[in-house]
Formats: sequence, structure tokens, C-alpha cells
Amino acid sequence: MKRNAPLVVAFIAGLVVLVGGFIPREPFPSIESTLIDWFMIISGFAILLGQASLLHLNITRVKEKMPNWPYYLAGLISFALMLIVGLLWGMEQTPGLLGQGDGIVKSLGAKPFDYLFTNAFIPLSATMFSLLAFYIASAAYRAFIIRTFESNLLMITAVIVMLGRTSFAQLLTGWIPDKLSFLRLPELTNFIMEYPNTAAQRAILISAALGIVGASLRIILGIERSYLGGGK
Amino acid sequence: MANFMTTFGIWLAAFFTLSIFSFLYKDNPFYKFAEQVFVGLSASYWLVYTIYNILIPNLFNKLGTDFRGNLILLIPMILGILMLLRMVPKLQWLSRYPLALMIGTSAAMSMLLSFKSDFLSQMAATMVNPFSFSSPVDIVGTILMIVGTLCGVFFFYFSKKQEGFFKVPSKIGIWFLMVSFGASFGYTVMARISLLIGRLDFLLRDWLHIIK
Repeated sequence: MKRNAPLVVAFIAGLVVLVGGFIPREPFPSIESTLIDWFMIISGFAILLGQASLLHLNITRVKEKMPNWPYYLAGLISFALMLIVGLLWGMEQTPGLLGQGDGIVKSLGAKPFDYLFTNAFIPLSATMFSLLAFYIASAAYRAFIIRTFESNLLMITAVIVMLGRTSFAQLLTGWIPDKLSFLRLPELTNFIMEYPNTAAQRAILISAALGIVGASLRIILGIERSYLGGGK
Repeated sequence: MANFMTTFGIWLAAFFTLSIFSFLYKDNPFYKFAEQVFVGLSASYWLVYTIYNILIPNLFNKLGTDFRGNLILLIPMILGILMLLRMVPKLQWLSRYPLALMIGTSAAMSMLLSFKSDFLSQMAATMVNPFSFSSPVDIVGTILMIVGTLCGVFFFYFSKKQEGFFKVPSKIGIWFLMVSFGASFGYTVMARISLLIGRLDFLLRDWLHIIK
């Protein structure tokens, strides 16, 4: 019962949305849009669950003084700080529990939530992703030393696209006469992105779409039930 | 005060930027601190974003302004609360109901969406006459696109062993995929490099004022 009843719920919800997609007559579109609204609200709660789980995990680490616990405490403090200022004074144009916080905006130059977002969150995320520029280079070196035709194809395309997106490309190939302008690196990059790249992306999309249809049918029909987890 | 806070904000951003970059040398306390602060801030950011942009406008505002007219919204609210019971081991099984509703709805939605936009639209976009273009580059490009798409799809066809004659289109499909992966790789590298330049520009211009 505990496992089968949710399968029936998934089947009915999936079936209603599917029928609504194929039969644009009332009441199906209304039921479909209601279900989609519910989906959005429940997914909001799912995000709450994710954050609560993260909080629970970090509190346990700090409580049990596990290795590196002071860093987890720093994470918890930053979480609480951003959450409190966000709830009290809101974000961007949205007011919080204490309204728009004009006084604090005057002294900070922005809402506290936006201040933290601009001066802590943005620099941290941008630097974290820019760090990948260094590791991607070493990963590429390891990948490119496999000398096959396919890996050479990958490397040559990558080099053309990387060069083609810089002003150096124009300097290197700007001398090529207009008749053969398609051989200039920026044009060659555009050609690669527009045609062979699109072709491969389309092949991936078409094949993945067929896979998604199959996987979705398995879920709706209750063949795939791993999302219910283990236990009784 | 606002001026001081602006300067403090720049120093804070510079501290976090340098702390993350310090990982290039080796793992160290500054990096670990910045990493956990990043985890905390991003979790909190998405939580506040969800509250203000999903839960308040779609649920609490509607229930607050017209409770009787929106009684039906109590159902997703109760299901949402049931979802939170996943944290309580004894009542964990109750969270399967909202999960099942979400999975069932999203499976059907993604099935319809991918069939329409990824399958049918992409096939329709590939069915073009290459010779309707005037430029030779476009003609060659379109032929390449049609051949590449067909061969790429053939590569993903696993129901028949790809040997003998069937190996040829599959091999061509791999070549196109490799070109695409190379292009994506190059594009990703350039995006990361531009982020890196942005951070260095911030350090040298806004923080140290070396670049005017």
C-alpha cells in the first residue's frame, strides 16, 4: 500500500497531463494547468527540503565536532545571515517582513541581501568557475595526448573556436582575400558553430528526446519506481 | 557610511576572490572557509529566491487575499508539507505522495515538451533544401548539417549491431559529435577565461586601482 498508492498518483497525474497535451478541450487544459501550478508549489517545498537537509547535515557536523567543523560553522553562519537579511528586508524590489528598509539601504547603498549578493556571492561564484579555466587546460592536455583521428578532430575544432572568438584571430587570418573569406578564423568558427555543431547537437537532441519519451512512459506506467526509494 | 560600506564590499569581494584563487597553490584554510561560505550563501540565496518568487506569489499571496476562492491551493500546500516530512524517519513514507505527483507530472510534461520541441521541431528544421540557398558556403553547410544529423542519430541507434555497411554512417556520426564536443570545449574554455579576466580586472581596477 505504502508503495503502490504513490504509483497510482504518479500514473493519474502523468495521464492527465498527457491527455491535456493531446486533447485541447475542457476540462483537460484546466486540470493540466492546475497540476502544473501544484507542481511548481510542491517543487518550492522540495527546494526547502533540500536546504533543510543541508542545514541538518552541517549542524550535525558542527555538533559532533567532525574534522573541519569550523568551516561548516562558517557556512552555517553565512547561510543564516543571508536568510535573515533576505527575510527582513527582501531582495531587489520585493519587500521583506520589515518593508523595503530605506534606512539600511541609505547606509549600505543597497538592500543587505543584494549587498551580500554583489560583494560575496557574485565574486565567489565567478572566481570558483574561473578556477576551472586552469583545470580544464590540464584535463585537455591529458585528453589530447590520445592520438586518434577523433581526438585530433576534437582538438583542431577546439583550437579554431578558441582562436576564432578572440581579436587575435582577425590578426592571424585578416590577410586572406575576400573571395576566400570563409577561411578566416572568425568566419570558420561561425561556420563550425552553425553547421557541424548544430548537426551533432540536433542528433543528440533527437536521440535524447526518444530516450526521454521512453523513460517518461516507464515512470508513468510504474515500471520505473526507483524514485520511491527503498524500504516497505 | 555608504562610502565606507562600498569600500568594505570591494575588500570583501577581493578577499573571497584571493581565497578561492589560493587553491591553485594547494588546499588551505582560506579556500576551505571561502568554499563553505559560498555553499551557505548560495543555499540561502536559492531559499530566499524560492520564497519570494515561487511560494509567496503562487501560494501565500493567493491564500492571503482570497482564502475561500483559493481553497484548492491547500492541497499542494499539504503535499508540500508532506514532502518536508522526509526529514522525519517514521513519517518518511508520506513524502512519497507529493514526490509521486511531481514525478508523474514532470515525466508527462517533459515527454510532451521533448517530443514537440526536441524531436519534431529539430527534425522539421533539418528538412531543408540545401540548394535553395545562393551562397556556396550555405549550400555546403546545409548538406553537412543534414548528413551530420542523420549520421549522428544513426550512431545513437543501438538496436542493431553497427558493423559492416552500418559502421560507415556511425563513424561519420562520431566525427560530427567530436567536432561538436571540440566546439563546446572551446566555447567553455573561452567562457571560463572571460570570467578569469573579469576577476583579474576587478582586482587590478576596482581593488588595487592599477588599471585606470
